[in-house]
Amino acid sequence: MTGNELPIGEDDLQAFIDDRLDDRRRAAVEAHVAARADLADRIAAERRHRTLLRGQLEAKFAEPIPARLRIANLRANRRVRWIGSTRAAAAALAIFVVGAVAGWFANGLAPTPVQSVATAGVTQSAVAAFRTFVVEVAHPVEVGVQQEAHLLQWLSKRLGRKLAAPDLQPFGYRLMGGRLLPGGSGAAAQLMYDDASGRRLTIYVRATDGTETAFRFQREGDAATFAWIDQGFGFAVTAVASRDQLLPIAEAVYRGFEGRN
Amino acid sequence: MADAEALLEPLIPALRRYAYALVRNHDAADDLVQDALERALSRWSLRRPDGDLQAWLFTILRNLHVSAARQRQRRGPHLDLDAVSSPGVTATQEAGLEMQDVLAALDQLPEEQKSLLLLVGVEDLSYDAAARVLGVPPGTVMSRLSRGRQRLRSILETGRATLLRRVK
Repeated sequence: MTGNELPIGEDDLQAFIDDRLDDRRRAAVEAHVAARADLADRIAAERRHRTLLRGQLEAKFAEPIPARLRIANLRANRRVRWIGSTRAAAAALAIFVVGAVAGWFANGLAPTPVQSVATAGVTQSAVAAFRTFVVEVAHPVEVGVQQEAHLLQWLSKRLGRKLAAPDLQPFGYRLMGGRLLPGGSGAAAQLMYDDASGRRLTIYVRATDGTETAFRFQREGDAATFAWIDQGFGFAVTAVASRDQLLPIAEAVYRGFEGRN
Repeated sequence: MADAEALLEPLIPALRRYAYALVRNHDAADDLVQDALERALSRWSLRRPDGDLQAWLFTILRNLHVSAARQRQRRGPHLDLDAVSSPGVTATQEAGLEMQDVLAALDQLPEEQKSLLLLVGVEDLSYDAAARVLGVPPGTVMSRLSRGRQRLRSILETGRATLLRRVK
C-alpha cells in the first residue's frame, strides 16, 4: 500500500492521535493535517488531552496493590464466606449441594447433553420476563410482598397449582412480590426477590408439557438461568449471577416447590 | 486454577486505574476491582483459554460498574434532582473545572465514550479489544472515539458542557 493513495479518514486521525499508524501512513496524515490549520489545532489539542489524562492516572497505576486484592486473599475470603453461610444450614445442605454439584459436573461430562426443548422454552420466557421487569423502577411487581397471602392465592388460582414463595433469606434474597404473565397456552407467574444491594432474582413458573428433567443451566448475556420441569410445570430461576452462586438457590427453590404440590 | 494468580495479578494495576477513572473514589474503585476479580475467579473455568484475558477482565469490571450505576439511578432519583436543582453544586463544579483537569472533564461524557477514551487512550487496548469490552461492532469504535474526543475538547475549552450535560 502506498501511503498517500487512500484518502485520510477520521479513523486515520484517531489512530494518529493514538500513535498507531505505520511510518508511511503517519507521514501522510501529518502532511494532511499540517495543511489545515483548524484540523492541526484540533488534533494537537486531542493529543495533548490524551497525554494529560495518562499523566493524571499514572500515579494510580504505580500504587502498590492493596492486600485485599491479592488473589490468594480473595480465594481465602471466598472460602470463609462459604463456610460462614453454610454453617447455619448445617451438614444436610452441604451434602446436598456437594451432591448436586457433583451431579452437575457428571452431567457436563456427558458427550452431547441433550437440551430439552420444553426447558429451553421455559428458560426463554423466564429470561424475557426477567429482562423486562428487573429494570422496572416504578412497578417491578404487580402485587407487593405486603399482600403476600393474596398474591400467592391469586397466582395459585391462575396457574392451577399451589404456589408458595420459597424462602431465599439464607442467600440474602427477600421477596418483593410477583406478577401474572402470559405463558404459552396459559398463565405464568413471576416472583421477584432482591438482595441488600438491590440485585434482583426471579422465579418463573408456568404449566408445561414434557417429562421431568434435571436442572438445565443457560446463560444469556449476564442473566443466568436454571430451569427444570416437574409434574407438569416448568420452573426457572434467573439472576445476574455465576452458575456456582445460582445453583444452591435453584436447589432451594426446587425443594421449596417439591414439598408443597 | 493454579495459574489464575500468576495471570491475574499483573493486570491489577491497570484494572485499578480504569476503575478509579470510572468512579473517582479510591475505596469504591478497589471495591469494584475486588468484585471483578471475584467474578473472574468464580468463572475462571468458563473463560476461553485462548481469549484476551485483559479484555475479559475489563469487560467484567465495566459490566459491574454499569449495572451498579443503573441501580443507583433506580434507587435514588431524588439525588439526581438535587444535583440538578441546586445551584451550589453546579457552581462548585464549574469553578473546580480547570483547563488541565482532563479526568474531571471526562466525567461529563456518557459512560460509553468515557470508557472508550480510557481503554484506548490510557490502557492501550487495541481498537478491536475495546470494541469487545464495550460490546459494539469494531466499525463503530473509531467514530465513537472521534466524537468522545471532540466532546472532551469542547468541555475543556469552554467548560460549558458541564451545565448542558447535567440538565439532560
